[in-house]
Amino acid sequence: MDFLIFKAPILMVQASMDGILLGLLFALIAYGMALQWGVMNIINIAQGELVIMGGYIAYFMYTAGIHPAFGIIVSPIIMYFVGWFLYKSIINRVVERDLFISILATFGISILTQQLMNFVFGADVVVAQSNFGTTLLFDDSVTLPNAKIFSALVSIVFAVALVLYMKKSRLGRAIRATSQNPRAAKILGVDTEKVYAATFGINAALCGVAGSLIAITFTLHPYVGLPYTVRSFMIVIIAGLGNLPAVALSGVGLGVFEEFADYILGTEFRIAAVFLLLVVILVYRRFKLSKKREYLK
Amino acid sequence: MGIILEVDQVYKHFGGVKANENVSLTVEEGSIVGLIGPNGSGKTTLFNSIVGTHPIDQGSIYFEGREISALPVPAIAKLGLLRTFQQTRIYEKLNCIQNMLVSSKPENDTVYNVFAKIPEELTEKSENLLKFVGLYQKRNLRAGDLSFGQQKLLELAMALMNEPKMLLLDEPTAGINPTLINGIIDRLIKVNKEFGITLLVIEHNMRVIMSLAQKMFCLAHGQLLAEGTPEEIKNDHRVIDAYLGVQ
Amino acid sequence: MSKNNIIIYGLILVFGIGAPFLFPAYKLQISILWILTILALTWDIQGGQMGYNSFGNILFFGIGMYVCSSVQIGMFFPLSEWTASGGEKTFLHTTSQYFEGFTYGLILAGIIPAIVAALIGYGILGLRGHYFAICTLGIGIAAGEIAGGIELIGAGQGMTVPPWPKGIGGTELRSQFFYYLCFLTVSITFLVIKWIYQTRFGLVLNAIRDNEDKAEAMGIHTMRYKIIGWVVSAFFLGIAGGLMGNMIGYIEPTEIAFAGSTYGVFMVLMAILGGKGTLWGPVIGAAVFHIFKEGFWTFFLGWQYVALGALIIVIVIFFPEGIMGWLREKYPHRFGEVVDEADRTAQVELT
Repeated sequence: MDFLIFKAPILMVQASMDGILLGLLFALIAYGMALQWGVMNIINIAQGELVIMGGYIAYFMYTAGIHPAFGIIVSPIIMYFVGWFLYKSIINRVVERDLFISILATFGISILTQQLMNFVFGADVVVAQSNFGTTLLFDDSVTLPNAKIFSALVSIVFAVALVLYMKKSRLGRAIRATSQNPRAAKILGVDTEKVYAATFGINAALCGVAGSLIAITFTLHPYVGLPYTVRSFMIVIIAGLGNLPAVALSGVGLGVFEEFADYILGTEFRIAAVFLLLVVILVYRRFKLSKKREYLK
Repeated sequence: MGIILEVDQVYKHFGGVKANENVSLTVEEGSIVGLIGPNGSGKTTLFNSIVGTHPIDQGSIYFEGREISALPVPAIAKLGLLRTFQQTRIYEKLNCIQNMLVSSKPENDTVYNVFAKIPEELTEKSENLLKFVGLYQKRNLRAGDLSFGQQKLLELAMALMNEPKMLLLDEPTAGINPTLINGIIDRLIKVNKEFGITLLVIEHNMRVIMSLAQKMFCLAHGQLLAEGTPEEIKNDHRVIDAYLGVQ
Repeated sequence: MSKNNIIIYGLILVFGIGAPFLFPAYKLQISILWILTILALTWDIQGGQMGYNSFGNILFFGIGMYVCSSVQIGMFFPLSEWTASGGEKTFLHTTSQYFEGFTYGLILAGIIPAIVAALIGYGILGLRGHYFAICTLGIGIAAGEIAGGIELIGAGQGMTVPPWPKGIGGTELRSQFFYYLCFLTVSITFLVIKWIYQTRFGLVLNAIRDNEDKAEAMGIHTMRYKIIGWVVSAFFLGIAGGLMGNMIGYIEPTEIAFAGSTYGVFMVLMAILGGKGTLWGPVIGAAVFHIFKEGFWTFFLGWQYVALGALIIVIVIFFPEGIMGWLREKYPHRFGEVVDEADRTAQVELT
């Protein structure tokens, strides 16, 4: 379609830069998913909805006249409690059950929250203006909104902070112990119920941060959550659970892939490209494993 | 009697762990052969290698003279080489009869056969085999409701339903009520003599394996340590050392 | 066949045939119920009997829908001009063209999804557990997004389906025609699936659900069975899609054809509600769900999808075994499950 891209390397630079900045944001969401998947063995289909919800908190602040960038502080706090509440009301009833039940239950949560957001914030596409300006590179040929740079930096800061927290704090250690062996952790006096609730809360808080960054860099809409879920799922299956550099790298890879797909195939196929990439990655891994007569499980 | 199974210099490593290291053994058709060794000596890994659960790193495995190490699991099973599992594997939501029916070996997998009604005589055959392992009364229970020992017996019956030429049994008496052990020995001998099935048996219970096997192999640290008649193995000091943990 | 069974089948047959006269106002609704029943029944081949929880079976429904109407149009008119012009405004099928196109369309609507299932089956069905679930979810959504980008079939705007020919009876005959076609299709689907479950094939599906590794170790080429199962599902789903497209008269990629968030979820929910892994569960689930949906939908006034989300959560948490599972627990003897205590507690003897 657009073969201009091969003639104009500068467009490739632009796409790569956009992709890297975007990818770091994806990595933050994926890190939350990996944490919660590793600890509770639940794949949260509502991950994307938590992100969008976090974004709407920042947007709400924006409409109330507060700068939306403060969303990265307010949103995680509120979202922590949203996550905690979801755990206490629904997730704790499915955490021990077979995986399909939890997938379906979080799917239910996803539909429910989409609709609630639709009622509260309407079905229009919204943006929270940050007025951060733009940075121009390479003789003004590459345009980078400062909001994107800001969001990438904030993502890094939060991810690193979380890693440190998991290493140093008491709760963090309890979470890691539970993820390695829940039964042993329980026997050794870890309150796994509390750990699960906290994990789900922390995951939701990370989604809150990511959401408020999306509110200032991209757009919000009640029904665009699922692609974020799928993106983070993809990143996690490539990078594995809990390896931050790998998560960041796969996130960046995905971001760059998406920007290129967007330029080459056209924006209308962007989401399709994301979902097809998921299928391709899974099937590729499946064939690779089947050489060893193993399978993805 | 010819050689039905030949394992030739098989290597299997998992990362740094050498689970099987240059293992060679042969099993004569119609015999009962024992495979012993301390925990972690690579017995189950060898079983997995033989039936194709994982590819082997080196070496070759012949079943009735045919190289099988590159074949997938179902293809090997179809040749008539079956195994049972140490931790039982049964279809827990199906009842015992259904477990047996689905284990029968169709002539071939053509679409016509796949969608054919299950013939009556198969049910009868299932019931007879369940009687053979003493599970007839339990035939309508869900397999998942059976005790561990009963599941082991069911698994044996399922394997017999498939009419294999050779059966690899992974600890057939583990977890089974000790009062039944003599009965099991008797059944296994019948399986061998009357059904004509060659047996390769992993067993920790020395009394069982000594009274069953005509020939035995002992593995230790993934390598073949000794082979011989039960009498020879019993008196082999290397085997005794391996079991007692002397290096 | 027992006496009870004859009564049940008889009642369903009488209802099925008589419904358009007994409840003429609900003809369309009951037609949709039959379609929903097909969705639930075919989903259950994977999700219930085989233990492969697919979120992507909607793919075949959507393909069937597009294939059917594309054939109906393409056999007589240039497809691209049809979609560009908004369809029937420019072109009109004669009565014989309409039925000829519809017949071929419906046949291909079954065959092409079945071929697609066979082609992608080897890759996709090699995934297990949640990887399979998420992968199929991805396929379903990707299909909708891709269809939304293809101009030939109307892209995001969708396309109209050839309207009922003018020469013969009006809307009354049209709805009658589609009603009986739906009922016929659901009857055939049900009987085929019922028959499948009684054969070795059905047992193997259950064996795969309970322990696929064991099934392979017993010499069953499980992949072959998994693919055949998916092909059967795809065939009937495709036909259901073709029928649905014609009943609605208009096709759109993400809300109607590849409607993952409605029909895609409904089929899973109906099967679970009725009791997955049983023959009758999906049928009962579809009926209960449809009555609930249509009966209460209007009360919720725009809150329907909130209710749907809540319903999913409530069902999976409190009712994962479904209606049939509950009945089975309550009346085990009705399901041929012996609860003879003597047998249960009997000691095994080997003498």
